[in-house]
Amino acid sequence: MDEDDRRLILATQGGLPLVARPYHALGATLGMDAAEVQRRLARMLDAGAIRRIGAVPNHYAIGYTANGMSVWDVDDACVDALGERIGALAFVSHCYRRPRRLPAWPYNLFAMLHGKSRAAVEEQRQQIVVLLGAACRSHDILYSSRILKKTGLRLAPGA
Amino acid sequence: MPEALDALDRALINALHGGFPLSDEPFREVGARLGLTEADCLERLRRLLGAGVLSRFGPLFQVERLGGVFVLAAMQVAEADFDATAAVVNGLPAVAHNYRREHAFNMWFVLATETPAEIDAAVAAIERIAGTPVYVFPKEREYFIGMRLEA
Repeated sequence: MDEDDRRLILATQGGLPLVARPYHALGATLGMDAAEVQRRLARMLDAGAIRRIGAVPNHYAIGYTANGMSVWDVDDACVDALGERIGALAFVSHCYRRPRRLPAWPYNLFAMLHGKSRAAVEEQRQQIVVLLGAACRSHDILYSSRILKKTGLRLAPGA
Repeated sequence: MPEALDALDRALINALHGGFPLSDEPFREVGARLGLTEADCLERLRRLLGAGVLSRFGPLFQVERLGGVFVLAAMQVAEADFDATAAVVNGLPAVAHNYRREHAFNMWFVLATETPAEIDAAVAAIERIAGTPVYVFPKEREYFIGMRLEA
């Protein structure tokens, strides 16, 4: 990543310009032509520095009013194999292994669940309970009741 | 409170999950797939962003690949202090997301910074202001991240 990539990230981290020719508009701001902007974004996509170019919906606003962070205390010996299987479930948007914080927090597997009702999420929970079987000692679901902030990455200008 | 979405809004949201064209007139291209004019496509997108149906539109960066650090953290905040603490936490630029959740750990936020030292500084600042410990849950392994929800 060079200085021009960095300037491009700074210019787009708040979003793409909502104009007919967004890459031209960015280029005009950054002093590069549109083809250069497109080439750099394509390279960052290929390299995985950009996951995707697209829209992030507010889950609630598109009808997914039940959003729960499900957390599971899974045997360390099989958490990775089971984590892959849970990550493959269509209703899971994020699935990670994270450290326990004993005694307050015994859970090491996190999976975000989304449904149009709590009943739907409870059915998802049951599917995971069955999948984990005896490898899981305990679990919980922390439903989100309010989005307090959602902005995404912010690089500081000029750093 | 949720904005009423028509069928074309939903189709547009689904079409914009990813793969936005890197072409000269990308909104014309996306609109054409849905039977929308470029102007209608842009107008709908502005409205959906303005109403908060979409929280962002653009490149979604993988912080770690940019040399950045992303850490999930949680606190147990007393109910009486909740809104004041949320305001302070949200005011820090290092805080990318913050959610209220139904649990003794009732505030869950994501810190996104360029260096580990900035994570530590943000944690220390929040602990000082909130007067309660911040538990950090760095990602040890990622099994899946993606968006498969149909609008």
